[in-house]
Amino acid sequence: MAKRIEVSGLHAYYGGVHAIEDISMTIEPRSVTAFIGPSGCGKSTFLRTLNRMHEVIPGARVEGKVMLDDDDLYGPSVDPVAVRRTVGMVFQRPNPFPTMSIYDNVAAGLKLNGVRGKGKLDDVVEESLRGANLWNEVKDRLGRPGAGLSGGQQQRLCIARAIAVQPQVLLMDEPCSALDPISTLAIEDLIAKLKDQYTIVIVTHNMQQAARVSDRTAFFTIAGTGKPGKLIEIDDTSKIFTKPEQQATEDYITGRFG
Amino acid sequence: MTTETGLASQAETARHRAPTRAMSTGRAGDRIFAGAARGSGITVLAIIAAIGVFLVWKAIPALQANEAGFLTSQEWNPNANPPKFGIAQLAFGTVMSSLLAMLMATPVAVGIALFIAFYSPRRVASGLGYVVDLLAAVPSIVYGLWGLAVLAPHMEGISAGLNSALGWIPLFGGDSPGKNSIFTASVVLAIMILPIISSISREVFLQVPRAHVEASLALGATRWEMIRMSVLPYGRSGVIGASMLGLGRAMGETIAVAMVLTYVPGINLHLLEDGGATFAANIANSFAEATENGRGALIASGLVLFVITLLVNMAARAVVARRKEFT
Amino acid sequence: MTAPSSPLGTVSVGRKVKDRVAQVLVYGAFGLALIPLVSVLWTVVSNGLARLDPTFFGYSMNGVGGRDVGGGAYHAIIGTLQQVAIASVIAVPIAVLTAIYLVEYGGDGRLARAIGFFVDVMTGIPSIVAGLFVLALWLLTFGFAFSGFAGALALTILMIPTVVRATEEMLKLVPNDLREASYALGVPRWRTICFVILPTAFTGILTGIMLAVARIMGETAPLLLTIFFTKAINTNPFDGPQGSLPTFIWDQASDPNQNSIDRAWTGALVLIGIIMLLNLAARLVARRFKPAGH
Repeated sequence: MAKRIEVSGLHAYYGGVHAIEDISMTIEPRSVTAFIGPSGCGKSTFLRTLNRMHEVIPGARVEGKVMLDDDDLYGPSVDPVAVRRTVGMVFQRPNPFPTMSIYDNVAAGLKLNGVRGKGKLDDVVEESLRGANLWNEVKDRLGRPGAGLSGGQQQRLCIARAIAVQPQVLLMDEPCSALDPISTLAIEDLIAKLKDQYTIVIVTHNMQQAARVSDRTAFFTIAGTGKPGKLIEIDDTSKIFTKPEQQATEDYITGRFG
Repeated sequence: MTTETGLASQAETARHRAPTRAMSTGRAGDRIFAGAARGSGITVLAIIAAIGVFLVWKAIPALQANEAGFLTSQEWNPNANPPKFGIAQLAFGTVMSSLLAMLMATPVAVGIALFIAFYSPRRVASGLGYVVDLLAAVPSIVYGLWGLAVLAPHMEGISAGLNSALGWIPLFGGDSPGKNSIFTASVVLAIMILPIISSISREVFLQVPRAHVEASLALGATRWEMIRMSVLPYGRSGVIGASMLGLGRAMGETIAVAMVLTYVPGINLHLLEDGGATFAANIANSFAEATENGRGALIASGLVLFVITLLVNMAARAVVARRKEFT
Repeated sequence: MTAPSSPLGTVSVGRKVKDRVAQVLVYGAFGLALIPLVSVLWTVVSNGLARLDPTFFGYSMNGVGGRDVGGGAYHAIIGTLQQVAIASVIAVPIAVLTAIYLVEYGGDGRLARAIGFFVDVMTGIPSIVAGLFVLALWLLTFGFAFSGFAGALALTILMIPTVVRATEEMLKLVPNDLREASYALGVPRWRTICFVILPTAFTGILTGIMLAVARIMGETAPLLLTIFFTKAINTNPFDGPQGSLPTFIWDQASDPNQNSIDRAWTGALVLIGIIMLLNLAARLVARRFKPAGH
């Protein structure tokens, strides 16, 4: 299921703006990698280059290489639509489809891609909701609108929706920033469970969260406004939070900067 | 909450399921759909182009056969032999009736917009807006019927009053004020363009930044002073643009005018007297009896109407757009 | 105006008077607008009720003279419904797809800006000019005869810009989050538009379409030039002159006999009734289903 991501020499641009500069890293399968850093350091942009969501914004482009095991995500014959089916994504704000029921939300990825068959969809919906720790809360109201759930439930619904298409990798862009502490805890528990199956990358503003959920942590920063974001270092989370190699990382971790 | 078996079975079915990658990525669908969307947009452009081309093309033979000055003649006899027709009277009637309509409608429409935006209770504001919009839902044929049966008899007295009070102004002069005059037509038109002017003005007024309104109220302004200080200056170009859109609408209005206005040949400066003609009303009234050349002449006059309304509308939109740049 | 002096001071009498005068004028403007509305509705209802009988809905005007009693608008109602239906079938797909192009594909490109501009131009086209265009193209150039379909073509031109604008507004209201969520599931763009974005905007678009239908249903001028006129029933919109409610009213009102005038008022009542129902239904749809995602 899970695959390794190998990034080398990656640059991303929005129109004329150089958003991130020369990033290389390896993201291990079946583990959680956290991206931390100050606002605007390019960590979310970098995350979006990993499933080619970056390109959705007009004028955006990427240079460099992203390998998913042996496949080059930016290879000439690769369709971004196929990439996004392999690399799923969960967003900052829960965004269930408002016109769809809970069931249809989870099945959306398959249904919208033309998969039919009630029995099969039923199975996938149940498995995905169980996988997202939401099944017991919603099993009696699968036909109700997804937008009627609480924020934390909605976010787990979005996670269920993302894993229903059986991705290799799950990208999470600050998945808890719009949630209360109890919902956040539920998502963090879920992340710990999901890493047995998926390669998980999470962007977070919250350093405690990074320390709690991740195995490895990458620290990004920018030299100043208008400068591109850079990767400072990536290492085991325990190391980053105790004795990082770089002074900049230590300053950020200890709150002297950012 | 979840058991290990849940995850295990998930992995199990994943193996049975067709690999995700094998599903179509929908490139062909994307191309077809994007092509259809683009094609529809281009169809719209093609329609506009075709309107211009075909009106010109079908107008040319009649214009060539015309023995009178098309722009200067007040005569409309395209079916005669030799055909003689000109748009002077039509242009006069169209411009006069719609300008008058705009002048009458704008202050009332602004009042309505202010009423809904600032005076009426919040809860009923949108309902009141809907009531005014109902005026726009009444079809023009019904305005024509109403204008003929209800309004025109009342206009006789009003016109006579205006004539005796303001008769020294040429436009209100004349010896025999009537009820089927350009003035009556312009009152009907004013009612018809009221909703468009007031709804655009209302939108503009509601966009006045809250901070401006509160700033003037905090200075101790009365409600009217607040409106004069913050709302009207901010909304002025929006209101001008709205009333010009109303003007364009009035110029193209056909049936209501055709029913209310009695055709009398020749330009009459006395707007309170019966008679007059507009581009649109003339087309509706003359079409049934028009010969081939007559149809060509009507198409030619329609082309002029098209160009005039186009210019008015474009100017109106430019005014409204300029306001957007300032905010 | 002699308020007891307050420690906070008083507003000067002049300013108060001005404020009050403005208030009276503003209220007056609204009241003034109500006069024609009430008067129109009242006259249409009170004059129209006289002939609101089964005969009116069951018979045409075939062989009925102006002075005769009886006669009805059956032929006209059939014609109007057919013409409006044909116009909608042609206009709605073109208009919705154009709006999709403008919002989802066009971006800030030259073609999108040109289309946006000319949709505005089209909004301002006088209805009689739309009729003249169909006359020049369909009848004079292609040589077709007067027909309900020709009338529908003219109505199509009037309907397209309204539906484009309404659809555009609604598509812009769909939060970008939903597009991203769908793309991130590996759903192709066209499926995202058809199955995520359009359903989300559906009720708003439906409201816009209903209002546009209500608007074109009352159009008279373009029909006079394209479907011409008949007193008989013609159920084939592709062959020969057809009736329609607006042209029925136009014809009956031009006859000085009271029986004709009565029929004209009843025609107006039926037309306004249908249009108001459509408007009301559109508002209900809009209220019942608020734009999703908000």
